[in-house]
Amino acid sequence: MNSSLGQDVPLSWYLLLSALLFTLGVVGFLIKRNLITVFMSIELMLNAVNLSFVTFAHEWHAVKGQIFVFFVMMVAAAEAAVGLAIIIAVFRARATLAVDRIDLMKL
Amino acid sequence: MNAIFHLWLIPLLPFAGFLLNGLFGRRLPKAVVTAIALLAPLAAFALVLIAVSSLLGPADGPSPLPFVETCSHPWIDIGTLHIDFSFVLDELSLVMLLVVTGVGFLIHVYSVGYMKHEEGYARYFSYLNLFLFFMTVLVLAGNALLMFVGWEGVGLASYLLIGFYFQKTSAANAGKKAFIVNRIGDFGFLIGMFLLLANFGTLTFSEIAEKLAYPSWQGGVVTVIALCLLLGAAGKSAQLPLYIWLPDAMEGPTPVSALIHAATMVTAGVYMIARTHVLFDHSPFALGVVAVVGAATALFAATIGLVQNDIKRVLAYSTISQLGYMFLGCGVAAYSAAIFHLVTHAFFKALLFLAAGSVIHAIGGEQDLRKMGGLWKKLPVTFAVTTVGVLAIAGFPPFAGFFSKDAILYAAFAQGGSGRALWFVGLVTALLTSFYMFRLWYLTFLGKPRNEDVHPHESPFSMLAPLVILALLSICGGWIGIERFSAFLTPATGARAMEAGSAQLELTLSVLAVAVAALGWLIAYLFYREKSALPARSAAALPGGYKLLANKYYVDEIYGATVVKPLLGLSTYFLGWVVDTGLLGGAVWLLGGIATFAGALLQRWQSGNIRSYAAWLAAGAAAVLLFLVVPWPAVLASLSAIHLGGAGH
Repeated sequence: MNSSLGQDVPLSWYLLLSALLFTLGVVGFLIKRNLITVFMSIELMLNAVNLSFVTFAHEWHAVKGQIFVFFVMMVAAAEAAVGLAIIIAVFRARATLAVDRIDLMKL
Repeated sequence: MNAIFHLWLIPLLPFAGFLLNGLFGRRLPKAVVTAIALLAPLAAFALVLIAVSSLLGPADGPSPLPFVETCSHPWIDIGTLHIDFSFVLDELSLVMLLVVTGVGFLIHVYSVGYMKHEEGYARYFSYLNLFLFFMTVLVLAGNALLMFVGWEGVGLASYLLIGFYFQKTSAANAGKKAFIVNRIGDFGFLIGMFLLLANFGTLTFSEIAEKLAYPSWQGGVVTVIALCLLLGAAGKSAQLPLYIWLPDAMEGPTPVSALIHAATMVTAGVYMIARTHVLFDHSPFALGVVAVVGAATALFAATIGLVQNDIKRVLAYSTISQLGYMFLGCGVAAYSAAIFHLVTHAFFKALLFLAAGSVIHAIGGEQDLRKMGGLWKKLPVTFAVTTVGVLAIAGFPPFAGFFSKDAILYAAFAQGGSGRALWFVGLVTALLTSFYMFRLWYLTFLGKPRNEDVHPHESPFSMLAPLVILALLSICGGWIGIERFSAFLTPATGARAMEAGSAQLELTLSVLAVAVAALGWLIAYLFYREKSALPARSAAALPGGYKLLANKYYVDEIYGATVVKPLLGLSTYFLGWVVDTGLLGGAVWLLGGIATFAGALLQRWQSGNIRSYAAWLAAGAAAVLLFLVVPWPAVLASLSAIHLGGAGH
């Protein structure tokens, strides 16, 4: 089944890379203070998932995974536009982008 | 019956009047309110008259009664329990309907004049119409449950009207007292209904009568049912020991006392016994209890009535006493005599109450007999009609009361044995009745005015017209005679009608009754006309007896000490403090405390910090992943193997 992938690179490596990138995204999301970096971490997680989608799609000759990637990219683009707009609005209002300062919801 | 005649219209019309006046009465002009209030009972009365006229039509052919009208949709249909909305028009309910709607209409007319200057004019008439609605439902009901609806409804209307002047504490309390005492009676009625359902499987009167036709039903459970129903009747009809609410009910407007607490509602108990007479017929013991309760109440209330000074209270005790007569009549199985007395009593007692209202109206709200006197010159019409009423209730021929009271006394005497004792009690009561009624008559109308400050004026036409009509009925109402009346009622009240006894015995008893009434008049004359010092002297001669009577045998005080106080204590201390504040309040506080505490703990999660939320999210995702990826059965099996191995070692 894995004949279509390159002989040198087994399937698990792709998945490991994807998991690594996703973990990087999670850790970045959790530890970074800057809102833009946090936002970029989210994008990183999305693309890590995209990588695994593409891998499986290629592995199983299923075009659904590819299509799903397009969807994710499209949503990510939209989300980036909205997210950046929110970030700018937050910066204008509070003159800071430190996530732990943006805590209006706290009691 | 003709095709367009519908029984359900009779209750429905007063109900429409109640809705219109109750909902919009305050915004409508007084004339419209009056028109609605009067048209509703008038139309109902007209419908009853149509029913009567169809009876009088072709004499040959089968009798159109009983006429049953059942709603096509069942009311309650659960398993074997099947109850319909059914109205029954038979001889008994026809007589009652005539009284209720006829006297009811007259009292509506009277109220227009009496309540003219009162606050809450529309409210008053909407309640009055509501009463008529429930009373007609009670009378027409074809089964005990529907009767109970009317029964409770008239209780409600009575409560609302007793407490009509609700700003007055005494009126509000009297309303509550009436309602609560009636609950005791209703409890009996309810238990009786449950027993009927359990033993006969039906509440329909005609079906109960059919099932009771088998002679095996005798005593036992039938006695218990009859006694339960008697408790209900005693509550509604103010018999011993539940009579205490009726004197206090005089706090309501006087026309209400006339309509509800003299002529119609309080006779519902008598009607109920007559309606369920088959049960009583199968239980001589229950019948005996009815007779004894009636006779005892008649005598007891009459003795209290001797010394009351409030004109309406005298009439109230007299009502209780006369209701006792009706119970006595039922108790000797002379149902038609009891109903006959019910009808004549409705005429003359409504008349007396309305006349008393006219007197009270004329002298500016004064109700104390000692402050009246000499009013006959100022209130000639009221005086004349009151005289008729007094003669009727005292039992002088040819007034209505003579015929009906005589019928009951004769029925009691004719029963023989203990019936003779009951007859004697009835005779003594007749003496007392005559005395206190003439006492009222002398104190109110004759002698010199004892209060010169008031300037009495005769009542308006709208009040006098009903008085005159009722006076005519009080004169002629008895002329139909018990034989014809009882023959008419026989299909509804059973064959145990009045047997024709010896004419000589009947005549002797009648003469005796009239003689006793005349004696009562004579004593009253001596006491209150001839020697005005006599009442004070006789009261001084028997200070204990007078005090006992003036304080109504201290029954209210005894009930207060034995029933009300303990109940109030139980409610305040045990139910109020322990159960309500302690248990229920404590439980609520405990639940609230738990919620508050849990909230304080969980609040920490809601840090408002995005990163902490994200960390929880990641941890949750990791936990789910762990759960899905790890092969738990294998892990657990290996773990337990280690554990067992360790134990076995």
